[in-house]
Amino acid sequence: MTMTTSTQLTTTQVYRVYIRATPEAIWEAITKPEWTARYGYGGLVDYDLRPGGAYVGRASEEFKAAAAAGGNPVPDIVIDGEVLEADPPRRLVTTFRMLMDPDIAAEGFTRVTHEIVPGAGGVTALTVVHELDGAPRLAAIISGSLESEGAGGGYPWILSDLKSLLETGAPMAG
Amino acid sequence: MIDDDRVFKALADPTRRFLLDRLFARDGRTLSELESELEMTRFGVMKHLRVLADADLVVTRRSGREKLHFLNPVPIRLIYDRWIDKYTERQVSALADLKSELEKQA
Repeated sequence: MTMTTSTQLTTTQVYRVYIRATPEAIWEAITKPEWTARYGYGGLVDYDLRPGGAYVGRASEEFKAAAAAGGNPVPDIVIDGEVLEADPPRRLVTTFRMLMDPDIAAEGFTRVTHEIVPGAGGVTALTVVHELDGAPRLAAIISGSLESEGAGGGYPWILSDLKSLLETGAPMAG
Repeated sequence: MIDDDRVFKALADPTRRFLLDRLFARDGRTLSELESELEMTRFGVMKHLRVLADADLVVTRRSGREKLHFLNPVPIRLIYDRWIDKYTERQVSALADLKSELEKQA
């Protein structure tokens, strides 16, 4: 194996999707539980949208039932964190810790930035930057690389589903 | 604006697929790092990276003085959800129909 001159390894993941929707609609879809229940993992977020405010993600009843049926019961609160910046409808920065599993919870807090930038023709770019220093297990889940093991498709799946919901009024089937 | 044509076009080139594979193996690389893995001029690599960025398969972020390139898998997921999933589902159900037909006859 040849060594290349390399900068330090990054553990950051970056995802971007273009959605035919207003920045306000995308902001609502990220920060309101009545929206987050309808796409991706269907969790219920609760943000106190000011610096220092709490951020909590609760599992839906369906998610809890499915997890219990699969032999891996999850707690009510599956994500916790703190709001670092909230600038509606443009920018949301929080810390993020997943509590579904003790090993993942032990990786501690990571950091998520949502950037919403309006573009031409009513299309808005949503970029998610997740800084995952010291959190390899969480990184594997949110990248979707454990999808075949039943861990869901991570951000690619969440953002594809969010786009479908906002553009067509319905999440993807199945 | 993202569009399927740009994604298919970007993927229809072995050098660009190689660049995506390198970023999949390790994300967040500089142009110099990517260039060092290819027998190609810096300008050539930049051109390929621009096609990938136009298709939104690569997103760049500044980190200090460096510009890092990240693999964005979302456009591929959109194509998967839009095209692949649909056809595999149909195949699966066609096979299921065939099975039930054959079993009925047996």
